Amino acid sequence: MDYSELLKVTGILLQYLLPTLKIFGYTLAFSIPLGMVVAMLKMCRFKPVSWITNIYILIMRGTPLMLQIITIYYAIPMIQTGGSDFFGGLFSGFDTRSDTYQFTALLIAFVLNYAAYFAEIFRGGIEAIAKGQHEAAFTLGFTKTQTFFRIILPQVVKRVLPASSNEVITLVKDTSLANVIAYAEIFRKAKEQMVFYSSLAPLFIAGVFYFVMNAVLTVVFNFIEKKLDYYQ
Amino acid sequence: MSVLEIKNISKSFGTLDVIKDISFSVEKGQVVSVIGPSGSGKSTLLRCATMLEKVDSGYIAYGDNIMVSNDAAGRAKYSDKATLNKIKLSTGLIFQNFNLFPHLSVLRNITEAPVCVLKKDKNEARQTALELLDKMGLSDKADSYPCQLSGGQQQRVSIARALALDPEILFFDEPTSALDPELTGEILKVIRTLAEDNMTMVIVTHEMAFARDVSDHVIFMDGGYIVEQGEPNEIINNPSSERMRTFLKRIIEK
Ligand SMILES: Nc1ncnc2c1ncn2[C@@H]1O[C@H](COP(=O)(O)OP(=O)(O)O)[C@@H](O)[C@H]1O
Ligand SMILES: [Mg+2]
Repeated sequence: MDYSELLKVTGILLQYLLPTLKIFGYTLAFSIPLGMVVAMLKMCRFKPVSWITNIYILIMRGTPLMLQIITIYYAIPMIQTGGSDFFGGLFSGFDTRSDTYQFTALLIAFVLNYAAYFAEIFRGGIEAIAKGQHEAAFTLGFTKTQTFFRIILPQVVKRVLPASSNEVITLVKDTSLANVIAYAEIFRKAKEQMVFYSSLAPLFIAGVFYFVMNAVLTVVFNFIEKKLDYYQ
Repeated sequence: MSVLEIKNISKSFGTLDVIKDISFSVEKGQVVSVIGPSGSGKSTLLRCATMLEKVDSGYIAYGDNIMVSNDAAGRAKYSDKATLNKIKLSTGLIFQNFNLFPHLSVLRNITEAPVCVLKKDKNEARQTALELLDKMGLSDKADSYPCQLSGGQQQRVSIARALALDPEILFFDEPTSALDPELTGEILKVIRTLAEDNMTMVIVTHEMAFARDVSDHVIFMDGGYIVEQGEPNEIINNPSSERMRTFLKRIIEK
């Protein structure tokens, strides 16, 4: 490939950066809050809730994300047509022929998967906060909600940051899995260009894209960790 | 009326009876020391008095506010939330290992509860906190974080934090046990000053000389019971029970 071709491929891949970032951004925006909820459910004192949550986490962490993406993508239309009234009704909101269905299915898979990972990180972080913090807050008259948001959560954030940043960096790379259902993002386009030019260069360029994104994220996370370094 | 009145409280963890039929009261301005071997239930007693644990039966009241009393079946029945909250704010507990909030500055550790719980004005809370820090000899530490302080300083901050809610009574659970011996003096001095200011206090301690000098009343616990209680000189210099004598001998030998 010559220089102008490389430039052209770079330009094409740059256009598909947005879909990649879309998967990345939406997944984080939904999976972090959902992960928090799942962590709470797993810590629920009513055991059946905790067990069911644990089964969900085990499945999400124990099977490949690629398998989950494909399964969800094909399962929703199948349930709509072949499923019982109840399940069919449950998924009737999805128009599987619409342009956005592909992205919706992807997002469901990514969010469900990443929420499970975040949940385990958050739960570990919450449980690692010493009992004495809750007790001190209690004797000072803080309500449970105040205790959680003012005393526990800020300390949890600091504790879970290293593990969470690992997840976030993995997510950048995992967005490439979207290509298994032919979603047009950087990786899929790079593969197309690779075949078109019979050259590995497009893949290399895609690699540089992922690398730069993660380099930026690493800098950001290091900055936040430094900011939180003022205690302990 | 007593600041604190405890009547016949019992508490067990599973099959382990930790507090057995304990009764005593604390008058305004009184300093009560609780002594006894480790595992005798002293911490549990303070935790029951501050609602960190619930008693199985018995009666606890702060002034007019009844925290818990027995129902017809003789089981503990706690009062409504409003009363319990009132009690919570009128009592303070100083922990053995301070339990300061590590992510908040010394000042915010002290102002957080007055501002969030009592809805005090921020500047007013700040002013009170600075005065308390001054009293604790920590005026220069307002903007520090707990991890930057010595154990003795941290404990003084935790005392200031409890005082910021202007409690009727303060409980101390071995406030010097986590400290190096050379730092215990500064905490004992602070408690002495509080005693001179007529603060009502219940102090679990292993410092016999301190208990004798500062308190008006000493309670000796062993095996979940109050074995002896009374005037400090009498109890410590002239114990009537064998268990108390053995305990004192062991402490002196240490
Ligand atoms: N949360 C708990 N669960 C079970 N046992 C406990 C608990 N807290 C205290 N105990 C037991 O109660 C007894 C009294 O403990 P504690 O009140 O801490 O004694 P002290 O403060 O006098 O050393 C000990 O045997 C201790 O193991
Ligand atoms: Mg104890």
